Amino acid sequence: MAATAATSISSPLKCGLFSSTPGFSWSTRSLQFRKNERQNARKATRGVITAKIDLKPPPYPLDALQPHMSRETFEYHWGKHHRAYADNLNKQIVGTELDRKTLEEIILLTYNKGDLLPPFNNAAQVWNHTFFWESMKPGGGGEPSGELLDLINRDFGSFEAFVKEFKTAAATQFGSGWAWLVYKANRLGVGNSVNPRPSEEDKKLEIVKSPNAVNPLVWDYSPLLTIDVWEHAYYLDFQNRRPDYISVFLEKLVSWEAVSARLEAAKARAAEREREEERKKNEYEDDDEVVDNSEPTELYLESDEDDSAAD
Amino acid sequence: MALRTLINRKTLTTTVPLGFRGLQTFSLPDLPYDYGALEPAISGEIMQLHHQKHHQAYITNYNKALEQLDAATTKGDASTVVKLQSAIKFNGGGHVNHSIFWNNLAPVHEGGGEPPKGSLGWSIDNSFGSLEALIQKMTTEGAALQGSGWVWLALDKEFKRLVVETTANQASCVLLFLQDPLVTKGPSLVPLLGIDVWEHAYYLQYKNVRPDYLKNIWKVINWKYASEVFEKENP
Repeated sequence: MAATAATSISSPLKCGLFSSTPGFSWSTRSLQFRKNERQNARKATRGVITAKIDLKPPPYPLDALQPHMSRETFEYHWGKHHRAYADNLNKQIVGTELDRKTLEEIILLTYNKGDLLPPFNNAAQVWNHTFFWESMKPGGGGEPSGELLDLINRDFGSFEAFVKEFKTAAATQFGSGWAWLVYKANRLGVGNSVNPRPSEEDKKLEIVKSPNAVNPLVWDYSPLLTIDVWEHAYYLDFQNRRPDYISVFLEKLVSWEAVSARLEAAKARAAEREREEERKKNEYEDDDEVVDNSEPTELYLESDEDDSAAD
Repeated sequence: MALRTLINRKTLTTTVPLGFRGLQTFSLPDLPYDYGALEPAISGEIMQLHHQKHHQAYITNYNKALEQLDAATTKGDASTVVKLQSAIKFNGGGHVNHSIFWNNLAPVHEGGGEPPKGSLGWSIDNSFGSLEALIQKMTTEGAALQGSGWVWLALDKEFKRLVVETTANQASCVLLFLQDPLVTKGPSLVPLLGIDVWEHAYYLQYKNVRPDYLKNIWKVINWKYASEVFEKENP
């Protein structure tokens, strides 16, 4: 993925407030959000084609999670809040470069290393809410199994310890936001360094929390599970009692199958990325032009030009 | 859902000194009106939850954080002192902001919604053109605020003018200089009127339609209090 948003954050409970940094490889000033920017090259005979971000419904009926999460909550949470994010995003991106990109691409581009561009809030919230519906199922709860449970035991000590930490993160995300279980692949947080001793231990589960619309995609983590702790997520059913909502979510709603499937996918992505990096490294070492392999590449240029946009 | 009840104002708990240093703890201030007195603009159910649960929780957690701060300071535990700052800002800010908020509201029969007269009224006209323009501006900014926060009308003492500002979460008006380095006059801002736009302030009644809440709250805004604060700073 060209537009990575890796940062130097390593603390798992970081709330994700970053100062903006230059050097983003897309010129942000060229991202114009005026309509009708694009040529009409793609105009069909019957109307203008635009890619729309669709509003996916939850994978169960709106009353399927009762009594733990009411139908009324879903009618507002999915039917109004989630729908508004999707509608407003489509209005913002139509006719711009973001039109026809995938939702994840839009999120990473508009995150803009912390200097949020206007569509970020809507794009990320569309993604977050779909991910949230799919993190739950009727008759959910219980405990994870298989490899997911093994990793939870390894990285948190026990399932109980994981539950405690997850509940704390969700309860202490102040204001609006989300709490997440993520898979963190072997990465150091600094763009131009490589972990010289990668091992299986570096690939671990972590709990993070994020404010407002921010999600762990922007930190290059793989989200596995989330709980929405914006007040609108629980106020009709639980009013101010967020800890009760969090407990009910874990005991009655969470879909460990979904979490396991996401873990599989995350590990596969991490393995693929490692192979890709290994391949590039080998290619590079075979390159005749480079004499000394141990120096960082392309950081010191002979010319005075600022070449920070180079890949 | 909780039954709507018209419960009379909560009795004031007395402030007690804590610990050998006589550390001041804080207690929930009375509302100057009954929970149902702001209807139909704000429901009694919301007022009761907002006051008895949310505001009380900020106070409870603020007191706890202050206790911990006292202990850590005594021990010379610098890292704990630093770690407690966010709890103090969140919960202390929540207490300060909500205390102002209850005074910013009044039942219609006690003057809620009556436009400001006197020097505040003139100052609003000077700064914003008209009361309607100010209301429009605050409503727009409150509706646009993403996530949780407040929209404020404040007096900038240094430049002797009124400003409209928003703060995230429970950040206090006076902390604006911390949030935005370009604004260097945070400490000279005196909050006159704050509107809570956290979802708990309106959700049970207005659901996702924050603009409707903002449109209706002006009917119970207590301009008398805002004028009093303004005139005290601007005699």
